[in-house]
Amino acid sequence: MSIPNDHFRQAIQHTPFHARLAALTQTEEWTVWNGCMAPRVLDKLSTEYFAVRSSCSVMDMSPMEKYRITGADAYRFLDRLLTRDLSALRPGRVTYVVWCNDEGKLIDDGTLFQFGDGDYRLCSQHHQFDWLMTSAMGFDVNIEVETHDVAALAVQGPTSYSVLTEAGIAGLEDLRPFGIANLSCQDFPVVVSRTGYTGDLGYEVWVSPENALPLWDAIFSVKSRYDVHAIGLSTLEMVRIEAGFIMPGFDFNTAESTVRANFDRSPYEVGLGWVVNLDKGQFTGRKALVAESKRPAKRRLTKITIEGNKPVGEAFIYNKKGGKLVGEIKCAVWSPILKANIALADIEYIGGALPKKLWARLDYQRELKWMSAWAECRPTNKPFYSPDHRSATPPSRL
Amino acid sequence: MIERIDAIIIGAGHNGLVCGAYLARSGLKVLFLEARDAVGGMTSESTIDDDFHIAGLAHTSFPVCAKIRKDLRLEKFGYSAGKGIETITLQEDGRHLRFGRNTVSGPDLTDKDVDAYRHFKDEFFGYAKAMRPMFATRPPRLKNMDFADKMTLAKLGWNIRFGLGRESMYEFLRVAAINIYDVLEEEFEDERLKGALAADAVIGHHMGPRSPGTVLTWLARLHAELNGPLSVVSGGPSQMCNALLQAVEASGASIRTGARVKKILVDKGKAFGVELEDGEIVKAKTIVSNADPRSTFLELVGAPQLDATFIQRVTQIRGAGDVAKLHLALSGTPEFLGLSASELENRLLIAPTMRYVEHAFNDAKYARYSEQPVLEITLPSLHNDSLAPRGHHVMSVNIQYAPYDIDGGWHEQKTTFAYKIIALIGKYAPNLKSLIVDHEFLTPQDIESRYNVRQGHWHHGEMTIHQSFMMRPVHGAAQYNTPIDGLYLCGAGAHPGGGLTGLPGHNAAQRILESGIAK
Ligand SMILES: Cc1cc2nc3c(=O)[nH]c(=O)nc-3n(C[C@H](O)[C@H](O)[C@H](O)COP(=O)(O)OP(=O)(O)OC[C@H]3O[C@@H](n4cnc5c(N)ncnc54)[C@H](O)[C@@H]3O)c2cc1C
Repeated sequence: MSIPNDHFRQAIQHTPFHARLAALTQTEEWTVWNGCMAPRVLDKLSTEYFAVRSSCSVMDMSPMEKYRITGADAYRFLDRLLTRDLSALRPGRVTYVVWCNDEGKLIDDGTLFQFGDGDYRLCSQHHQFDWLMTSAMGFDVNIEVETHDVAALAVQGPTSYSVLTEAGIAGLEDLRPFGIANLSCQDFPVVVSRTGYTGDLGYEVWVSPENALPLWDAIFSVKSRYDVHAIGLSTLEMVRIEAGFIMPGFDFNTAESTVRANFDRSPYEVGLGWVVNLDKGQFTGRKALVAESKRPAKRRLTKITIEGNKPVGEAFIYNKKGGKLVGEIKCAVWSPILKANIALADIEYIGGALPKKLWARLDYQRELKWMSAWAECRPTNKPFYSPDHRSATPPSRL
Repeated sequence: MIERIDAIIIGAGHNGLVCGAYLARSGLKVLFLEARDAVGGMTSESTIDDDFHIAGLAHTSFPVCAKIRKDLRLEKFGYSAGKGIETITLQEDGRHLRFGRNTVSGPDLTDKDVDAYRHFKDEFFGYAKAMRPMFATRPPRLKNMDFADKMTLAKLGWNIRFGLGRESMYEFLRVAAINIYDVLEEEFEDERLKGALAADAVIGHHMGPRSPGTVLTWLARLHAELNGPLSVVSGGPSQMCNALLQAVEASGASIRTGARVKKILVDKGKAFGVELEDGEIVKAKTIVSNADPRSTFLELVGAPQLDATFIQRVTQIRGAGDVAKLHLALSGTPEFLGLSASELENRLLIAPTMRYVEHAFNDAKYARYSEQPVLEITLPSLHNDSLAPRGHHVMSVNIQYAPYDIDGGWHEQKTTFAYKIIALIGKYAPNLKSLIVDHEFLTPQDIESRYNVRQGHWHHGEMTIHQSFMMRPVHGAAQYNTPIDGLYLCGAGAHPGGGLTGLPGHNAAQRILESGIAK
């Protein structure tokens, strides 16, 4: 088990890509992500946003929590940890997963990479080591924190395939969505997975920290021919909402950090029922989720489009103009590509069903003056934005 | 032809037998699967050498409560409570004290202490009675209470407020959560008296008189004493387990000994059978475990079938045994200074002062056996002469404290410890050593492997407040239910805990029958 043991010397860590980010930033808008310095915006939000949607964006994902899970019981351990049926997962593939506490409330979500038999990596938003160790009781499994041992870049956007290929990573043409490939970039090894958080064509490239800067430089060496932009977390927040991805700890309170009764959420309540398989056998929280699945739904995190173009921040939702309070917006964005206000809203169901009408009461400022307006909201089940080129294999060379 | 079985009882300890007898009497087809060659668990007979027998690891018991006796018609099957005995607490100078139900006598005892003892016992019997709704039924849940849960709490509240009266209620609420050391210190002057009572409060527990919760453990013992005086477990048809065995067989249940359960089979959160060590599978809708909670969940069910936090809680159950057992085969009757031969049929204690008991515990806190342990001694062959050849005897000694794990390991130190105990008893009975023909010494590790009780714990798990009542054995498995549908607990690890009360078995059976899904 390796626990980075010198991290305490520096309050906020630099990622292996920090030198390049620091050189690029025009804004010095930094934030802290998992104990690491991370840019919110490097130069201009709109430029970064359109890099994701129309050319190629590069984001440093090194602060993402990463756990290597190996051992004779690795599969059985994960099967009991995760709500999803893993029996179809194969070496060289990735799957989206969530996990719950005994009460069936969400602790976090993440991606599970299978490298080989009994060899997995679990990536998560929040620190999970203690929960993984608790869950490991009774299993022959080895869990290593590799957050700081692996550097990662998300290379996302319609030209990401072309950019990586031009940068010297050959062999991406056959890589299907959720696939993993062991490749090389120039003379050093990289692991590339066709995964991401943007809803666009994209890859995540994993390297050991000493090869981080060479990887960065290789990618940006194509800048004269391709529009490649480093992006920060603010852009990610926009595009992930467009893609319909939820963010534990932001869109809902995670179970282990919830104090007040019923402020935590089950997978069903945030619209992740599709990753719960009650028939696969035991997993932590199953009994509670079986019981919940038999009761009428109480609430759902719902994708909504809000009419008009007034700025949407935090807002309450009612079942009609001036009607009953039925929910609240958890995250919202004006989508430049869709030309619409989109949001995820926590909505209380009435009689087990989504209220027939949803109205948001928007409070906003115009030149420092507060105003208020009603806007009708339309729920949807699909991702707001999911272009066809996202999943084409091979991707077209642009 | 495969017979239909409604309920499997894993383990035929006395609690398993009580539970199974109730289930069988209510029409269920019950099968007992017991790992050992005999039923009775820690009350079953063992042999020192061919001619000398000990009737049970547990060697003294209070009568079974009237309800169980009547429901299961135990008297008809030969049960009798046995001859009532008293406790004599030994002193090196021969100034022993002798305890009855609420009397105490002995040299140099003041009238004040004699009166205080009478008053004290009566007062605490009152508390024990007030607690009865908590002991003799399933403990109430605090969340999602059903009607029965509310009734239990209401009865408890009623008993405490109106059964006890205002003064006693205040006193009960004051002492219930403190330690026995402080209470006895307030009540009595005589060190001998305090020593004996303190020993009773901590017996079987990894606790000293100053440990919190030792008033409650003493109340649990008094609750059993409400049924009548203590007697020596000495085998024979009148012994509880033998009568229970008769009752069980008469009710049509079947018993298989030498049948160790390896796995409880679970599908999608529901138990449907068990797998024996040889691979045989037996199916039933209801599985009841008389094995201790940690063995049940960690080994028989296994972590993959349970939620993570639940497994963590079970892993953290406090339950390292702290009592060892010495069995001696003797060529004659030992002579104790200041005791007549007829007095030897009583329970003899070596716990001369309360500080002695606390000091004995100090060793155990630091993973050593007590240099000066608390001893509880009986001579079962005085009650049943078939246990030893004519003119010979067996002596049974509970030794407290003897931690499950000691620094340096038991293997190296077991013999030395046994000799120290023999020397210690020798101070009170000088001829003992010359009479010893053979001996058997069981550490908690030996008890674990011989009786299939994890860490050899007397109560299958400590009776601390956080592991009692509705939290026994752990939150999430109280009320005899478990997170696995169709799987129940019925042993000492469940409420109200260890000893030979049969109450966990009784309460579990009520729970299973009222759930109505057993068949
Ligand atoms: C040293 C010592 C001295 C004691 N002295 C006294 C005393 O003097 N007075 C008193 O009242 N109490 C005494 N006790 C406590 C008392 O013995 C127990 O509390 C009591 O025996 C518990 O009864 P039970 O039926 O719940 O469990 P047990 O008696 O432990 O019976 C459990 C049964 O389950 C069986 N089992 C376990 N696992 C499996 C499996 N996988 N498959 C099949 N069968 C299995 C075991 O073999 C055993 O037969 C003493 C305990 C110890 C350790």
